[in-house]
Amino acid sequence: MFRRLDTAPGEIRFSFDGREIVARLGDSVAVALLAAGEVSLRETPISGAPRAPYCMMGICFDCLVEIDGMGNRQACLTQATQGMNVRRQRGARSVL
Amino acid sequence: MGYDLIVVGGGLVGGAIAWGAAAQGASVALLDQGDIAYRAARGNFGLVWVQSKGAGMPAYAHWTRTSAELWPQLAAALAGATGVDVALRQPGGLAFCLSDKEMESRTALLHRMHNESGDIGTRILDRAEVHAMVPGLGDRVVGASFCPIDGHANPLYLLRALHDALLKLGGEYFPGRTVDAIDAAPHSFTVRRGAESFTAAKLVIAAGLGSRDLAPMVALDMPVTPLRGQILVTERLRPFLAYATHVIRQTAEGSVMLGDSQEDVGFDTSTTTSVMRDIAARNVEVFPALKDASIVRVWAALRVMSPDGFPIYQQSEKYPGAFAATCHSGVTLAGAHALALAPAILAGELPERFAAFSPSRFHVPAA
Repeated sequence: MFRRLDTAPGEIRFSFDGREIVARLGDSVAVALLAAGEVSLRETPISGAPRAPYCMMGICFDCLVEIDGMGNRQACLTQATQGMNVRRQRGARSVL
Repeated sequence: MGYDLIVVGGGLVGGAIAWGAAAQGASVALLDQGDIAYRAARGNFGLVWVQSKGAGMPAYAHWTRTSAELWPQLAAALAGATGVDVALRQPGGLAFCLSDKEMESRTALLHRMHNESGDIGTRILDRAEVHAMVPGLGDRVVGASFCPIDGHANPLYLLRALHDALLKLGGEYFPGRTVDAIDAAPHSFTVRRGAESFTAAKLVIAAGLGSRDLAPMVALDMPVTPLRGQILVTERLRPFLAYATHVIRQTAEGSVMLGDSQEDVGFDTSTTTSVMRDIAARNVEVFPALKDASIVRVWAALRVMSPDGFPIYQQSEKYPGAFAATCHSGVTLAGAHALALAPAILAGELPERFAAFSPSRFHVPAA
């Protein structure tokens, strides 16, 4: 769905639901995932409907993911870093 | 041509009475003020709460119980009429105690209520019992009181469902109507707003904080004042709290609502960081895992308080057919307002159980 204009290889690796994602320095998690062909990053709390990043500027909260064990992180506002463990946000976040 | 009933005030109290009357076959006009109103119904915490209501006034304790018992019937009727699920849950309610001193005063309050108003199954849980019942509690929770008939509901869905159900029965809703004057005679009332007028044989003043100025127009006395409460709401979380509690509840959608402050600050509806910090701090003591939850919304709203905190219901002696109705528990009492008070108003007489709610109690001469 998305294609990078600059095709130089990425420098960062992180995992998304166990899949290795290669990202560029400075990518947000949402950008890296969209570029890697991952479209739906979460399932909604009530109906379980799939959602994709939409606004890419921190407003819509449709790009929520779990990062290193913490739920409901905004993928579009979080810079991708080496070794991150990112998972789909499936339903509501769990705190207990 | 007039209506059977005009209700002034389109919040939870007025809405419940208006729908309850329409459900009995009355023609009803519901007059609502608009966005300049303080709208306590939009800021409600959403408890259907019985256990601590009415210490010092058994009639109020019993009235609250009646409402909790009628609530399932109200919720079912609204769902049937409108398709709106108001998310009524009555799993029992807990009031957590964070110190031995709080346990002592809670125990004393419940003993007093038991003696005054009878047994409703409320019991004191010690540390081991409450921690076994509710996973995730912090060490500082030393106990709780538990009442099996407490519950909660979604106040905004309730308000919407009452309005929708009223319209479906042929009732009429008039928003943006700030009442200027009421021409009163026994069993005949004309409510004026600018060039408009509405006429009915019966009238209910249920206008929250606006009732103070409206009630004297029909020789009623509703000396209500505001009491601010602030509420914090978290992001939606997986269900972890199966019970209602008096300051924290998890909604059907998973949001956690945290309250509630009681601030005597006049008509100031601002939120303050100091109060929100206190609310958050206390609830993190109760559920330490909440420290990681994001707060997505906060607000303040003004409770409608009578001088003793108990409801006011009265029929005007000078102008029979005009009634006062106000309380600070618009959700808890919605069942009773819709299914017990509204029929009494239509019948033209408040039964004996309402005598204790007359505002004449505020005018007892000092000894």
